[in-house]
Amino acid sequence: MSGATDLPKPAFRLSSLIYDTRYRFITIQVIVLILALLFTAWLVENVRSNLALKGKDIDFAFLWRRGGYDIGQHLIPYTNDSTHGRAAMVGLINTLVVAVLASILSTVLGVFLGVLRLSKNWIISRLVGVYVEIFRNVPLLLWIVLVAVVFSETAPAPKDFKLVNGVAKASMSLWDSVAITNRSTNVPFPLLDRPLPAIVTPWFTLPTSLLAILALIAGSIWAVLRLSRRATAVQEATGMRPVTWWQSLAILFAPMLAALYALGFHLDYPALKGFNFQGGLSFDHAFTSLTLALTLYYAAITAEIVRSGIQAISRGQTEASFALGLRPGRTMSLIILPQALRVIIPPMISQWVSLTKDTSLGIAVSYLDLRGTLGGITLNQTGRELECMLLMMLIYLIISLIISALANVYNTSVKLKER
Amino acid sequence: MNKTLFLGTLAAGAMLAGIAAAGTLDDVKARGVLNCGANTGLTGFGAPDANGDYQGFDVDLCKAVAAAVLGDQSKVKYVPTTGETRFTALASGEVDLLVRNSTWTFSRDTDLKLDFVAVNYYDGQGFLVRKDLGVTSAKELGGATICIQTGTTTELNLADYFKSNSLEYTPVTVVDDADAQRQFLAGACDAFTTDASGLASARATLPNPDDYVVLPEIISKEPLGPVVRHGDNNWGDIVRWTYYALVEAEEKGITKANVEEMAASSTDPEVRRLLGVEGEQGKFLGLDNDWAKRAIAANGNYGEIFETNLGESTPIKLARGLNALWSQGGLQYAPPFR
Repeated sequence: MSGATDLPKPAFRLSSLIYDTRYRFITIQVIVLILALLFTAWLVENVRSNLALKGKDIDFAFLWRRGGYDIGQHLIPYTNDSTHGRAAMVGLINTLVVAVLASILSTVLGVFLGVLRLSKNWIISRLVGVYVEIFRNVPLLLWIVLVAVVFSETAPAPKDFKLVNGVAKASMSLWDSVAITNRSTNVPFPLLDRPLPAIVTPWFTLPTSLLAILALIAGSIWAVLRLSRRATAVQEATGMRPVTWWQSLAILFAPMLAALYALGFHLDYPALKGFNFQGGLSFDHAFTSLTLALTLYYAAITAEIVRSGIQAISRGQTEASFALGLRPGRTMSLIILPQALRVIIPPMISQWVSLTKDTSLGIAVSYLDLRGTLGGITLNQTGRELECMLLMMLIYLIISLIISALANVYNTSVKLKER
Repeated sequence: MNKTLFLGTLAAGAMLAGIAAAGTLDDVKARGVLNCGANTGLTGFGAPDANGDYQGFDVDLCKAVAAAVLGDQSKVKYVPTTGETRFTALASGEVDLLVRNSTWTFSRDTDLKLDFVAVNYYDGQGFLVRKDLGVTSAKELGGATICIQTGTTTELNLADYFKSNSLEYTPVTVVDDADAQRQFLAGACDAFTTDASGLASARATLPNPDDYVVLPEIISKEPLGPVVRHGDNNWGDIVRWTYYALVEAEEKGITKANVEEMAASSTDPEVRRLLGVEGEQGKFLGLDNDWAKRAIAANGNYGEIFETNLGESTPIKLARGLNALWSQGGLQYAPPFR
């Protein structure tokens, strides 16, 4: 502003790359970049030359060769004739199933606990406090192993369900529909006698019956919404709201029941045949214990994040809301939580990412996820350590980046709009 | 584990340059200790005893090699390896020698760049089940849940066997024998499958061995033997011939007790060559002439080692079977020392 600062700027000379602060930062950045590139190149070259010395090369052809091993839990068709690549896919899907399920469950449970932690009821808030402290201060791996051991040591063996002289040592729970053995949890599974023809592609089978039922449900819900909107319109016009509950119920259930009957819907109950329970849906304890332990552990961390998020909102917001006559429940859901989300979402993103990575701890309970198939059996049977590890790191990286990206999109939508 | 394996692989590269150049023998001599890859715990083959000292059939081969190379059978550092980590440990130079119930297969010998130098135990894969399960044959295991150790040939054999017999099964993949035994004992699986010798060993360590039975089917060939890295032939020769010296000693009646006496008094030219009284056999291996004498003096000949660790007098009670000398109907056969 004053004339004293308007000294003539010296022209660029080579020496100003070192002495002139305007140019020096460029020099430093270029040097750092060159050093980083050199270091990377040295690492790559070191690995390459040493592999060559061992007579090994980097080759991903094993992914297309026969795997030769079996995987207990596979959600896409897989046999021991399938390729190592297919086995890795099975593992990836197993990883994702646990990650998605545990993320959803831990978030729901965590939000619930986080709100309870702030309860005015001393007992409840302290109980949740104890839960949080216990779960987040013991390593996750120990929780996973503990849950697995509890299942395998306390639940009865399948053969205990057998009738010996008219008496069985163990019986199924929930009206003989659910069997918890020391290996798996067996629940009934819905089956269709007359399903719609499925569309089969080489990569996956399109479950047309399921899609049709889902479409029907969506249609019914839409119709019910239309009905309620019309009722509101009538109410606004005449002041009298027509009675619609029985129409709503009929629209919701009648078409679905008719469709299910037409498709021949029935439940397939698990039954003891030979060594194990057959029929129904069987959840391996490896899966259950991994999902359960991840859920409980991350719920504790989520609870803390939610609590801090809520406490970050000024007390005045609550008071203002009460002054407007909103009840405490509505205050929480309409005023506090939407604002708290801005504080909560960023740390939650890193929780979901780290939960997904922590599914690889499933190896401790023999859960065949990506780490168990590609990074475990395939790695061992083919001896391609470097390739398997690189591929696995790349896949985990991609999954984590996708989670971050999606969560960031959501974060942008809820964050404070600055106008 | 991911990180360890990966860093191990990276570090392997850096270290290997030195090892390959110097040769394992020089390396072991310079270090004064033999790094031997052992089982994390398989009673009779390789497991720490009550004092934490490794004992077993495989371990005694490590001791014999240490005695031959370093002159002292106690100069061995045992590195416990699982089915998953063993070959990486060997390839990375963490161990000089791997004696850990490892099956000699084509792909391990070629693609994994390892060398199986001998077969110290001819084995086959079997099944262990509870007696009260009422199963008498592996063919009756359709629908069963089966515990297998991951990273092994048994996992592939199992898949092949059930497929060729059109049977279904549920695999429970565990990391090592100890975990497999725990799961089996807890009833998390109906059957436990591994090499028949491993089953005998596992059965001996279960609380009531008589409640369990090994099924008669042997579904595969499992030649187990010591492994070294591919490319260091001299070191491979040392391990191979140390092992054959033990077999030859049994054939010639040389025992731990009489090895000195045999060296002094035997007139059999082959015994004299073996024990270094005649000729310069040790020099060809890069060792001194008493190498075989020390190897035998360490824990006795092949037969003695078998009897002390696995034989009828031990809880494992394995018969010699295929592992008897060729002259007694078995497969153990040492090439001539000449």
